[in-house]
Order: sequence, then structure tokens, then C-alpha cells
Amino acid sequence: MTHRRGPAFWAQLTFTLLVCALLVVPVVLSMLAGVTVNYFVGIKSGLTLKWVDEVWRLYAETIGLSMQIAFACLACTLLLGVPAAYVLARKQGAVARAIEELLVMPVAVPGLATALALIVTYGGFGDFRRSWLFILAGHVLFTLPFMVRSVLAVLHSIDFATLEEGAASLGAGFIQRFVHVVLPNCLSGILAGSLMVLTLSMGEFNLTWLLHTPLTKTLPVGLADSYASMRLEIGSAYTLVFFVMIVPSLILLQILAGRGRPRSEQ
Amino acid sequence: MALPPSQPPPASQGEAFFPSPAKRGRGQGWGQVLLRRDPLPLAALMAPAAVVFGAFFLLPMARLFVIGGSGAEGWAAYASILLNPRHLQSLVSTVLLSAGVTAVTLAVSTVTGLFLVRHRFPGRSVLVAMLTFPLAFPGVVIGFMVIMLAGRQGLIGDVTQALTGSKLVFAYSMAGLFLGYVYFSIPRVILTVMASAEKLDPSHEEAARSLGARPWQVVAHVILPALKPAFLSAGAICFATAMGAFGTAFTLATRIDVLPMTIYTEFTLQANIATAAALSFVLGAVTWAALATARSFAGSSVAAAG
Repeated sequence: MTHRRGPAFWAQLTFTLLVCALLVVPVVLSMLAGVTVNYFVGIKSGLTLKWVDEVWRLYAETIGLSMQIAFACLACTLLLGVPAAYVLARKQGAVARAIEELLVMPVAVPGLATALALIVTYGGFGDFRRSWLFILAGHVLFTLPFMVRSVLAVLHSIDFATLEEGAASLGAGFIQRFVHVVLPNCLSGILAGSLMVLTLSMGEFNLTWLLHTPLTKTLPVGLADSYASMRLEIGSAYTLVFFVMIVPSLILLQILAGRGRPRSEQ
Repeated sequence: MALPPSQPPPASQGEAFFPSPAKRGRGQGWGQVLLRRDPLPLAALMAPAAVVFGAFFLLPMARLFVIGGSGAEGWAAYASILLNPRHLQSLVSTVLLSAGVTAVTLAVSTVTGLFLVRHRFPGRSVLVAMLTFPLAFPGVVIGFMVIMLAGRQGLIGDVTQALTGSKLVFAYSMAGLFLGYVYFSIPRVILTVMASAEKLDPSHEEAARSLGARPWQVVAHVILPALKPAFLSAGAICFATAMGAFGTAFTLATRIDVLPMTIYTEFTLQANIATAAALSFVLGAVTWAALATARSFAGSSVAAAG
């Protein structure tokens, strides 16, 4: 579609640029603040990495724990979600739809409610309540739908029935078909789902704030803590660390989305 | 974050990857194809997810529901969201805030999304990337972005100080929360609007133009009506997210009176677990219902409270 570039074009472009600025300017400001000696004075006070150092000294454990939970969560969602997605793709009746609807509920229901439900049910099991596995349980619930939907979307877009039929006619059993035909064919969905799970688990706060204990603080919990009680530069440096951790997977996701679905169906 | 749709696009919208049963030909339904329907292996594959989901979601949710009715007020706790003036006030302000955020976000995202779909120019893909980049920011980080803009050391404060001599600071209030939720919602709504606008059939627009419609008429009578399903689904996502979000309000100020903060205060400060349980169960039901209703209209993806 080509349109003449009249005043309407320039007005819309300006508006779009303003919206971009709204989204990007605070990110840039906070990144700058994280490496500025004194943000109140401004950038002319000089650049420094001492705030990043300080963040490392104060919060290194939260970063480690968040990575640990994110990868454990990825392992869980792969083991639980990929087989479940395959079953949902095979069974297309009302029951399968209902199960899919149920699985997606932890995303629709606010994290606060899910976290309270977990606490009133399992809060009495002290060892479990105090361990990082308690947080992991919440993260798996919240991220599982993303893995399932991602794999399901790929399974619905390929004719895996015919592929499996071919394999079956050559004598492949159920497990052989699942491992050698189904899994390789939904790899792109598994990859996109995995990146999504990692990114979401890394940034999850709504559930985690209620599930964490003083000994199981994750990165977003630490972020909230630093925003509330540290100087702006430290909060900013910490946010910078967070950005550095999630940006690679965000970029990969965008590339995947652009390649796999040229008509940008997100 | 928007979930990818699990259903293939309808065949009428092009790219029909998924042959309809009729096209698969004789003897090619699942039952006949593989001779066996593998009920046992399929059940075995579903079992782990079912067990974990039952143990950590369904059971806890049922327990939450029971606990909600077990406090001093009994089952009346579920009515307290309407009968207790403080809870009702909090419900009303949360609904108003979410509705306002939804309206503003839809308007802003439609203008930018349509513009980016309908025009090709150098740097366009950079703009799209910038607009969708904050998609995975958690609520706490969004709160901090609002502080960077409108907080005590924020940009807006500095600019207004320089221009008018008085510093405009609104981060730690309902206005700050509003800004935060709009910030949070723009990326996902833009993605939905763009995906939907790219699928529009250009011939409808050409027909309207050839019949003499002016550009604004084409937009008002052809494009916007065609985008209605996208508006419904994106709007519901936006509304439900704003209703249930907690991180942003928590970062900005615990005094902001929205429902998630009320629940949090009941739970932590007042140790009123029954009320907190009842309120959060109701909140969960409302957000889920909003999304389910929109999906039944629009048949598209649901989304998350980040």
C-alpha cells in the first residue's frame, strides 16, 4: 500500500515517535542513572561502574537464585508442557478445550491470588515453604501456559498427523514417533516457549513477592527492595543488570517471531 | 505478555496450513490413520502436567475459596467486596482506573499500530522493535520507569521546573499508576492491533475509496469495524492486567488504593487471611471472566498479569 505523504502522515509519525519516546526515554534514563556518579547533579558528575559493583555486592545472591529458578522452571515446563501440548493437539474435543482453558487460568488469574492460594495450602509445610522450590512451583504454574500454547501453535500449523502416519506405516511405535517425528517438528515452538519461560520467570514479581522468604529473594524482589530503600543510582544499576539479563532472550524472541511468522502473528 | 494463539487462523484469512477433515480424504481421520488412538500413552503424557496442575493450582484455589468463607464473617466475606465501604471504594477505583487505562491504551495503540502497518519507511522496523521491547518488563520495573519519568528526580519534574518554576511530581499517586499501566499495556495492544491490521483485505478499502470515500470515512467505516475483534481481545487483556497487577502499585506507593494493594494490606498488615482470600478469589474470577468473555467474542489469545 502506498499512500501520499500528506500532513496526516507526518502527524501520525510524530505521534508514533512520541509514543516511542514515552517507552524508551525512561529506559535510557535509568540505564544512564545506573552508571552516573550522582544522578541529581547529572551526567557531568562523571560515569562510574561503582553502583553496578555495589549491586553485585548487595544482590549477587538474588541474581543467582533467579537464574537457578528460571532454568529449573524451564526444565519443568519442558517436561510437563511439551507432552501436554501434544496430547491437546491430538485430542480436539470439548474435554481437550476445557483442559487447555484450565491450564491457561494461572495467567488470567492475578499472581496475588495464586500466591495466596499456594500459601494457605502449603504454607504449613515449613521446609517446602522456606525453600526456593516454593517459588518454583508458582513460576511453573504461571509459565506453563506459554510453553503449551507455543508448542500447540506449531503443532496446529503443521500436518503432524500425516507425518506420524508415515512413521507408523514404517512400523514406528508411539514413543519412537513422539521422540523422532513430533519433537523435531515442533522445535521452533519449543524454542520460542523456552525463551518466553526464561524471560517471564526471571521477571516474575506478583507471585514471588508473597512466596519469597528473607532467604529466598529473587532478582525482582531485590529490585523492589532497592527501589524502596536504596538511592536511585543503585536501583538504576540493578535495573541495568536485569535488562542485560533479559535482553538477549527478548531479541532472540523477536527474531524467531519475525522468521517463523512473517505476517507477525503474536 | 500475550500468549500465542493455539488455534490456526481460519482458512478464509489465507495461509490455511491445516487441511480441513474433508480435504484429508478417505480414511485419513485420526481414528483410521494410526489404527490405534493410543489412549494409554496419551494419558501418560498428560499425567505429569495434570498432577502438578491439580496439586499446585486446582487444590490451592479450592482451598482459597473455602478459607475465604471461614473467617469471622463466614461466607459473607464474599459479599464484603460490595458491602464493606472501603473494599467497594477500592473496587470502584480499580475498575475506573482499568477502564481508563484500557481506553487510552487502545486509542494510542490503534493510531500507532495502524500507522506502522500502513506505511513503509526507513527505520520502521526499529520503531516496531522499540514499541514492543518493554513487553516482558515486570511490574516493578514499570513502576521504576514511572519514577524515572514523573518521580522526585524525574524528567517531567526537571522539565516543568525549568519551564514554569514549579516541579510536577505525580509518580506516587493514581496518576502515576495510570501512566505505568498505559506504559505496560501499549506493547501488547500494539502487537494485537498490528497483527490484525495486517490481515485486513485491502480490496475492501480500495472498494470504499473507488466509491468516493474520504480517508477518514475509510478508517471509520471500513478499517475500525474490521479491527473490532482485535479491540475486544486486546482491551480485555489490558483491562484484566490492570485489575490484577500488583508490582507497579507496590513500587510506586503502598497507599494507592487499588484492589491488589487492598488484598495485600489485608493479608500482611491486618493478617486478615479470610478477607484477603475472599477478595483475591473474587478478583481472580473477575479477571478470568473478562478474558473468557472477550475470547468468546474474538476467539483470540489471552494474556497475563505481569
